[in-house]
Amino acid sequence: MTDFHQAARPPAPSKLSNALVFGWRAVLKFKHVPEQLFDLVMTPIMFTLLFTFVFGGALAGSPGEYLQYFVPGILVQTVMFNAVYSGMGLSTDLGKGLFDRFRSLPIWSLSPFAGLMVGDVLRHVIAGGIILTIGLLLGFRPAAGILGVLGSFALLIMVGFGMGWIFIVLGLLIRTPMTVMTIGFSALFPLVFASNIMVNPETMPGWLRAFVEVNPVSLTTTAMRGLMSGGVTAGELGRALIAPVALTLVLAPVTLRLYRRQ
Amino acid sequence: MSANGSHNLAIHARGLAKRFGDLRAVDGIDLDVPRGMIYAILGPNGAGKTTLMRMLATLAHPDAGTASVMGHDLASQPQRVRGEIAMTGQFASLDEDLTGRENLVMLARLWGFRGRGARERADHLLAAFELTDAAVKQVKDYSGGMRRRLDIAASLIVTPGVLFLDEPTTGLDPVARKSVWRMIRALAGSGVTVLLTTQYLDEADQLAARIAVIDHGRKIAEGTSRELKAATGSGFLHVALVDPTRLEEAATLLESKLGAAVQRSAEGATLAVIARTTRDANLALAALLDAGIELADFSMGSPSLDEVFFSLTGKGQA
Repeated sequence: MTDFHQAARPPAPSKLSNALVFGWRAVLKFKHVPEQLFDLVMTPIMFTLLFTFVFGGALAGSPGEYLQYFVPGILVQTVMFNAVYSGMGLSTDLGKGLFDRFRSLPIWSLSPFAGLMVGDVLRHVIAGGIILTIGLLLGFRPAAGILGVLGSFALLIMVGFGMGWIFIVLGLLIRTPMTVMTIGFSALFPLVFASNIMVNPETMPGWLRAFVEVNPVSLTTTAMRGLMSGGVTAGELGRALIAPVALTLVLAPVTLRLYRRQ
Repeated sequence: MSANGSHNLAIHARGLAKRFGDLRAVDGIDLDVPRGMIYAILGPNGAGKTTLMRMLATLAHPDAGTASVMGHDLASQPQRVRGEIAMTGQFASLDEDLTGRENLVMLARLWGFRGRGARERADHLLAAFELTDAAVKQVKDYSGGMRRRLDIAASLIVTPGVLFLDEPTTGLDPVARKSVWRMIRALAGSGVTVLLTTQYLDEADQLAARIAVIDHGRKIAEGTSRELKAATGSGFLHVALVDPTRLEEAATLLESKLGAAVQRSAEGATLAVIARTTRDANLALAALLDAGIELADFSMGSPSLDEVFFSLTGKGQA
């Protein structure tokens, strides 16, 4: 073993620098584990094809019409399910002792989470981009054009950011990634199906419709449709942002407490 | 220890305690580790070794007690402590998806090395730990020994004042184990204080200048390897009887011949007792033969960890 001493101790890095390193780690994960994208987009692609061609005609008169209705919603669904992977990743890291090393370093204690968020945003943008491209190929036409699409992706990222906290908290509490996934999917399926993503809730029974109308997934989907078609109102946008803002305000401090408690 | 002396300590702990529910994982431990020393914490699984180490590495809050690491108080200056330590856990603290080099570059950047500086630091450590050839392989494809080396390299991005190693050789084959021992000695030789936990008596014996033996969260003995052995007896006579019904008779005989308490194994007809010299052992064996107690097997050897505990605590006999 040759000499391992460092030449000189570097000056202490800034919080931003710490956070950027964890962001870089998230990017490297894409390079080394590209198959994670496959997991993320396969289900929404299947949903898009099946719903459009199997149910589309019956639900909206023609597959083409249904696609206009469905694409903004499936983007919301994609982001919701993406967040589960972030929690699974955290749970895996914690189980392997990697976070013990991070926690024993003289760094900003929240910076590892900043990195997770960077990874989340990248996943949302990449997966959303793939789904939107497939929608466009099939004939989806957002009336509000490129600005509408950019606006809708900005909303998607904010919704994903809010959702991300739920799974970070689950990832901190639960040490088995598979359990995080099972809990995540069990909770998300009813939320996603009992919403206006796939069908107009008009034909649902009254009690269910009451739920669908206040379901944050529906509120987000309505705002997404508005952004892409150009008819979004400030009220719709505001209602779509209630859940992500509330989740961040409540769960960010919880995350910090859980992380420091260990 | 004088006030002046405690200033030269790498670790100075008094009455550290941590409980999980009803379990007193660490139950009031004092520790003085001089700078530059390899210090071993020896104990069986569940003795509280890892919890003790995690508290000293700022990863767990003590319920009671105080400690300072390299002169910084654990409770009031945890970030200063973190600047002086590095910790390698029982499970590799590495990102399995990244390459060895990327792991080190990531950590170098977290310590404040920038751009090329971080890459040079990573390459330097890869070379020092003979990992240059595996630098661009993902860590999940590393062998156990390579993983350990990278793990230790990752703890040396900035040369720490104290390096914590939690069971550094558990699960390694004998060759990899020897190579990790060599590294630990080289580190201590260059002035790094090493605090390691182990369940292996020979590991503590081989590496550490001082050893603390802990059990059930308490320190039951401390000293150099020689001091502990003197307390335990360096030679242990183990005998197995052909006829288990004569166990008590044999135990009484050995006790009177060797003047030490005899340990009875839980499973079968074996007895263990300290024998100061081989002559004493021979005389004791002769006495058993004279009494007509037939032996299935006997051996003379180092005490096992159980036997050390027995000798140190005087308990363990049902």
